[in-house]
Amino acid sequence: MAVPGDLKYTKSHEWARVEGDIVTIGMTDYAQGELGDITYLELPEPGEAVSAEEPFGVVESVKAASDIYAPVTGEIVERNEDAVGGPEVVNASPYEQAWLVKIRVDDQGGLDKLMSADEYEKYLEEVAH
Amino acid sequence: MADDTLRRTPLFDRYVALGAKIIPFAGWEMPVQYSGIIAEHNAVRNQAGLFDLGHMGQVDVAGPDALAYLQATTTNDVSTLQPGEAQYAMLPNEQGGVIDDILIYRRPEGDGYMVVVNASNRFRDVDWMHEQREKRRELNVSVRDISDETGMIAIQGPNAPAIAQSISGDDLSNIAHYHWRSGTIAGVPVMVARTGYTGEDGFEIYGPIDQAGKVWDALMAAGKDLGLQPIGLGARDTLRLESRMPLYGQELGDDISPYEAGLGWAVKLNKGDFVGREGMAAVKAEGPKRKAVGFHMTERSGAPRTHYPVGVEGTVIGEVTSGAFSPTLGENIGLALVAPEYAGVGKPLQVEIRGKWVNAEQIKMPFYKRSDQ
Repeated sequence: MAVPGDLKYTKSHEWARVEGDIVTIGMTDYAQGELGDITYLELPEPGEAVSAEEPFGVVESVKAASDIYAPVTGEIVERNEDAVGGPEVVNASPYEQAWLVKIRVDDQGGLDKLMSADEYEKYLEEVAH
Repeated sequence: MADDTLRRTPLFDRYVALGAKIIPFAGWEMPVQYSGIIAEHNAVRNQAGLFDLGHMGQVDVAGPDALAYLQATTTNDVSTLQPGEAQYAMLPNEQGGVIDDILIYRRPEGDGYMVVVNASNRFRDVDWMHEQREKRRELNVSVRDISDETGMIAIQGPNAPAIAQSISGDDLSNIAHYHWRSGTIAGVPVMVARTGYTGEDGFEIYGPIDQAGKVWDALMAAGKDLGLQPIGLGARDTLRLESRMPLYGQELGDDISPYEAGLGWAVKLNKGDFVGREGMAAVKAEGPKRKAVGFHMTERSGAPRTHYPVGVEGTVIGEVTSGAFSPTLGENIGLALVAPEYAGVGKPLQVEIRGKWVNAEQIKMPFYKRSDQ
């Protein structure tokens, strides 16, 4: 499964693309594969505050509902309305079309705790065993 | 069960080879999905799907008093069942609730019956059936758990009959709904029953467990050009929900009356005495305190899920028993058990989803009915 080298990762299988103080968040290829067919996304509106390692949204597959955790602390500045309207895009394109939200981070709030792609790949191997 | 090791059916290696995602279910390692729940669901609705049901339980009930025994320990009227027929029934508890829902297949005259039970209840059911037999020592009946020697494979969907027929030497076309015949599939001696849990045409096939792989492989090969796909437990659940078939532990349980669950049609109070009859008769006479209803969500939301509260204008009136995104309808649907005064097609409900009341409307059940029915 794909783990792009230019992204950061969480143990709860979110990815983060850091560009200055704006961090774009999504779910990893592993996460979408584990969830199966995704049917619904519940995401915060721009202006809402989120905290690192706290749930900020919900993803539902046919089988179950799961929380999505914020990799960083900050404020939502943009939400991907195309993904909300057509959540199956998370299955089809987890790293490109299916970015979920953009967060403006507080003082790099929590960025140093995220895993590199190499670390995340090793973590996935552990999870698989 | 003292042993908590997960069991595998003989088809386990095939799930792995087909790329299934495997989960623990009722003590077994079973495939929850292969290509994906929605694609599998649609394959069964439009073409055909193949299910390994080797985890389900089968109990042989035989002997001169097999009928009397089943009349006393199940809810339906087994005396109406002819050789070659199948019947839906429930195992009742003393209070008039339900231990399990079952299918009873009558074997040829004098050969008794095969009772098919849910995997999750198998050991409890078998213990209970033995207990009931011991309480009735005057009856000459044998109760034998044959699950470990019996394979069960379902082929369901509009193309299912043609696929099964193409590798059978027997005429399967004259097996009517809820009937069965003995025959061969890929040369393996089996029972072919026109039963299922999907709302589609098709068969459930019972045969020797050590030949289940041969039957599976032959059906997969025969169905290759007719869109046959292997189907996991995930799509099995959405298929049965759309067709409004109950799932034990959700629509049915120890403290739910068949009359509340909308399954009064499978209770025959006039057949003579049976376990739980009094309790069931009382619920029928007084009117059920809860009613099973079907609904769809009328605003954008997540899916309603089991045990979510159901309300009307902020008053809780019951709870969701099953709910999911319906692949066929493209919307969220559910079943709920509610106070009867609020029940009625077209009437509004709300479902509490993660702390928020979301609007729903009661709709006609089943949610899906195949076009030739």
